[in-house]
Amino acid sequence: MARAATTADAFNAVAEPRRREILDVLAGGERPVNDLVPLLGLAQPQVSKHLRVLREVGAVDVRDEGRQRLYRLNGHALKPIHDWVKNYEGSWSERFDQLDVVLEDLKQKEDGDGGSE
Amino acid sequence: MAGVSSGTATVTLPTDEQILITREFDAPKHLVYKAWTTPELVKRWWSGHRAEMTLAEIDLRVGGMWRYVMVAEGGFEVAFHGEYREIVPNERIVTTEVYEMPEAPEGEAPLNIVTFTEAEGRTLLTLLTQCPSKEVRDLIINSGMEGGMQEGMDLLEQVAISLR
Repeated sequence: MARAATTADAFNAVAEPRRREILDVLAGGERPVNDLVPLLGLAQPQVSKHLRVLREVGAVDVRDEGRQRLYRLNGHALKPIHDWVKNYEGSWSERFDQLDVVLEDLKQKEDGDGGSE
Repeated sequence: MAGVSSGTATVTLPTDEQILITREFDAPKHLVYKAWTTPELVKRWWSGHRAEMTLAEIDLRVGGMWRYVMVAEGGFEVAFHGEYREIVPNERIVTTEVYEMPEAPEGEAPLNIVTFTEAEGRTLLTLLTQCPSKEVRDLIINSGMEGGMQEGMDLLEQVAISLR
């Protein structure tokens, strides 16, 4: 499938498994790069490269504290992805709401039968 | 409706090839299973509000086929079918699920694994869709989108969903 060779949107940025791992770790709180290196088992230049891609799409924010650079997750940038799945979730929610009504009928029918099958 | 305590459906993407839907129901599992596997009952809920189901055929045995057809707004017909691979009454159903469309990807059909777990009269339902590829998985998610505006979109991940 033809696809633009860009990492400039959130979907592409998180298409890389290592970057998703980074986001998973950062979901637990702010971290310096040095924490990520042993957790991911990658060399620091690679981790920095992934962090740069994530920063470009705004998926992570960075701030300096002393001589450390601290990275943290920015959920807003990932909202398009969230919305993508949310729509699918919505269609199932609607289905299940209907199923609730069917189940309520079945329960009442069972109660009416004195609980027998 | 009073007395109906509905849960919230949750969709997560455990791997690139999977979709996991979970939902709790205020009913014992034998009733959820019944509603899931009885044609007249399936017809009442499976299409949601936006379509009318015109066919629900269920041959509930291993190797048996099922087929659902619904007509969406504007007369657009949507059909799915599959084959039962595993059936444990009131517990677990494994079926293939094929979306009948001309441009459907060739090859292996996605597999749906449904489990029903009861606790204190309530049932936790899990529906795991195992796709042959990420492309197929993404197509299924996209099917929930209007007008295919997200077509061709690449990935996502659970981390995003955990940020709700």
